Amino acid sequence: MWFAALLVYLFLYLPLTVVVIYSFNDSRLNAEWVGFTWRWYEVLFQDEEMIQAAVNSILIALGASLIATMLGTMAGIAMHRYKLKALPFLVITPVAMPEILLGVSLLLFFIQVLHLTLGLLSVLIAHITFCVGFVAIVIRARLAGMDESIFEAARDLGATPWQTFRLVTLPLIMPAVIAGALMSFTLSIDDFVITFFTAGVGVSTLPLQIYSMIKIAVTPEVNAVSTLLMLLTLGMILLAARFDKTVLRGETR
Amino acid sequence: MNKEKLTRWLVSGPPFLFMVVFFVLPALIMVVASFRFPGEHGGLAPMFENSSWQFTLETYQFFFSDFIYTEIFLKSFLIAGLTTVICIAMAYPVALLITRVPKRFRDVMILLVVLPFASNFLIRVYAWMIILGPQSAFSVAINSVVTAFGFEPVPLLFSPFAVIVGMVYVHLPFMVLPLYTNLEKHDPILLDAAQDLGANAWRRFWKVTWPLSLPGVYAGSALVFIPVLGMFAVPDILGGTGDILIGNLIKEQFLGTRDWPFGSTLSIMLTLAVLAIAALAMRFSRKSLSYA
Amino acid sequence: MALLELRNLTRRFGNLTAVDNVSLSIEAGEFFTLLGPSGCGKTTILRMIAGFDLPDAGEILLDGKNISDTPPEKRPLHTVFQSYALFPHLSVADNVAFPLKMSKVSADETRLRVQEMLDTVHLSDKAEAFPHELSGGQKQRVALARGLVNKPRLLLLDEPLGALDHKLREEMQIELINLQRNVGVTFVFVTHSQPEALALSHRIAVMNEGRVEQMDSPPTIYSRPSNRFVADFIGDINMMNAQIDAFDGMQLRLSVAGLGAIVAPARVETKTGQAGAFAIRPEQVVIGAPDEHAELANRFSGTLRDFLYVGDVTTYKVELANGTIIQALLPNAAPGKARFFEVGDRVTVAWPAESGMFLHE
Repeated sequence: MWFAALLVYLFLYLPLTVVVIYSFNDSRLNAEWVGFTWRWYEVLFQDEEMIQAAVNSILIALGASLIATMLGTMAGIAMHRYKLKALPFLVITPVAMPEILLGVSLLLFFIQVLHLTLGLLSVLIAHITFCVGFVAIVIRARLAGMDESIFEAARDLGATPWQTFRLVTLPLIMPAVIAGALMSFTLSIDDFVITFFTAGVGVSTLPLQIYSMIKIAVTPEVNAVSTLLMLLTLGMILLAARFDKTVLRGETR
Repeated sequence: MNKEKLTRWLVSGPPFLFMVVFFVLPALIMVVASFRFPGEHGGLAPMFENSSWQFTLETYQFFFSDFIYTEIFLKSFLIAGLTTVICIAMAYPVALLITRVPKRFRDVMILLVVLPFASNFLIRVYAWMIILGPQSAFSVAINSVVTAFGFEPVPLLFSPFAVIVGMVYVHLPFMVLPLYTNLEKHDPILLDAAQDLGANAWRRFWKVTWPLSLPGVYAGSALVFIPVLGMFAVPDILGGTGDILIGNLIKEQFLGTRDWPFGSTLSIMLTLAVLAIAALAMRFSRKSLSYA
Repeated sequence: MALLELRNLTRRFGNLTAVDNVSLSIEAGEFFTLLGPSGCGKTTILRMIAGFDLPDAGEILLDGKNISDTPPEKRPLHTVFQSYALFPHLSVADNVAFPLKMSKVSADETRLRVQEMLDTVHLSDKAEAFPHELSGGQKQRVALARGLVNKPRLLLLDEPLGALDHKLREEMQIELINLQRNVGVTFVFVTHSQPEALALSHRIAVMNEGRVEQMDSPPTIYSRPSNRFVADFIGDINMMNAQIDAFDGMQLRLSVAGLGAIVAPARVETKTGQAGAFAIRPEQVVIGAPDEHAELANRFSGTLRDFLYVGDVTTYKVELANGTIIQALLPNAAPGKARFFEVGDRVTVAWPAESGMFLHE
């Protein structure tokens, strides 16, 4: 049984290792190993389209994580304290359902109802939609694990509800808030499906760039950008996990 | 206590509002869209034209008129089912292993399972393009065995096989974690008791561990089955022309042929399928919880 | 004027009446305990006094003023929670300083009073520690210090000793008594442990199913329970159904089915023929050989069925002629000279006419 488990772990890591290794392969083809080179990374940094896509990705991720964290924290607190029925459903379903449904319905909505030209804004809104639920889950989990009487104690000792929030609740959920923000950033940067439908023609993000490169002409540049992106998201997830362990479990909702 | 109510609205209001506008509303729009006519240049035709409401059941009729659509749905279910079963088989040893190692290693091992998930989804799929591509070491090795037996070389990439491998790879962590969460709660005493009563390792697994783990299995299955149903990128990248699933169909309608009403109809059908699966999973979860 | 007065306090949860028309008053400076089994309503009353629950009917008056509409943060009283509810992100000193901060006390004075309070609870050396570094007893003391530091009118304690082990619990009980006597703040204490209530309180209100059964000082509650529930709840007691045969002002003659006549003291107005129960504490019953204790008014023979030796005392269970099991408690004062009876021996149990009591239904 250990053997089987080990095989599975290998299965999980082999493909990624291949990508990383080939990003240094001095050959146009993803076939044999020719020699070590930084070439593809150089090409990457001179690729203007790619750089623009990266900038877009980061801008959107920053905006989305900021707003989603605020809305998600409010939602998480509301869900925990008020035991509402509608809010959890609204907030968590986008996280659980197939992304294509979200992407397509937003496309419809933006064009048909809002007459919005697809671009950065539409992607931003779309990303917020699925990040809010994630943050809310993390915050709610954190609150559920705390001794309820602490908040009553604060009021009992003279704190108004606002003071209780500011001096007791907020400091205690802060690690979860930060973890949620970092994860939102990661989810946003990494998102493909929803972005695919809501980005329109003019705007590209890193995942969209990668997709078109895969479909049109596969060059090892893809390996290079993949490796870098992997490192970035890896770093962010590890960082987030330091603030709140539940992020790891929540990763798979 | 009016302040209490005000606070409640202030705190739950903004997220609620945001989700209603950008989630519920679009969903409703889509339902309506499935009953409309397609526009001249794609998109949707106006709802009110020639002084009458323009609604129709055309798209739904269209869906059922040609079996190919239903076929694609069934294919998607099949692939989703296959992926789920394979994921269960692969995730189980890993989840079990994690429960057996000393506590301090567990977080690390879970991390190791989740980490590949940290990389971009496309990258994970693309990686299999490399491995299954005709020039890769793996392909060459497999095919040399195949040709040695006198068969034609088998293209691993752009095949249903590749699609399934891709789907399993992408969704495996989704199965491991719920399973682990459930297995972690099993009381080892139960296994000791079973052993004491004469059961060997295999029977202990089947009669004790497996039944108790069912809620975890169902939870993980839902987390795998549902996303796979709606996936389009994996077949798009790893599959051949004949391997399209519902997701690909929907994408085609919205971005290719621009037949939005039909695309909406397909989406609604997918949503119904997803809801049905989710409901089933919850029912089975609850049922088996009554033993635990 | 009483410090705290509850008038006709009622609280319902759906069909369940948790607090049923309770009225009581608490004097300044006393250690007042609400005692009763789980679900009797004592915690609900505490929460209503603190302001976390609103009564459905009735009033709560502090110093004569109705505080029912005042939010918890404005009430000049504090609670020590069962889980201590220390703020995990603040140090001990900051925890204790919290209420002072809320009352906008100056930084200098805060430091002074926190120091003073920590000295009082013997935790000065832990001022900079965090709650997760403390033991149960220490957390307990921080919670107390925090609740007392800004000199509230009243301190409410919700089963604060529940989580402590036996020895620590006893130590903390003594500390609590001393603290209360020294600081002089009125304590309203909730517990389901009757030995604890008896040990700590000036007065106890025994509660059952939302109502106060009896409110008195500990000795009175113990030796003169007013009804069956209180008698049974507090300590061990022997009870048997009895009927009044005769009543001459000072004494009652009771008859117990299958047993005969019992002479008992008369406490309240009674009528001949009234039915009720005769109750007597095990320590008031002596046990001896069949020919002993002839001088005592009430004397019955029986068979020893069981005994329980717990070191300092032994409880003997004797079956009487009518099948009732009566418990007699004897201290094992001189170990070598302890009376030994074998199970199955014929013995005599006896008590004087002044012992025991008659309880109405």
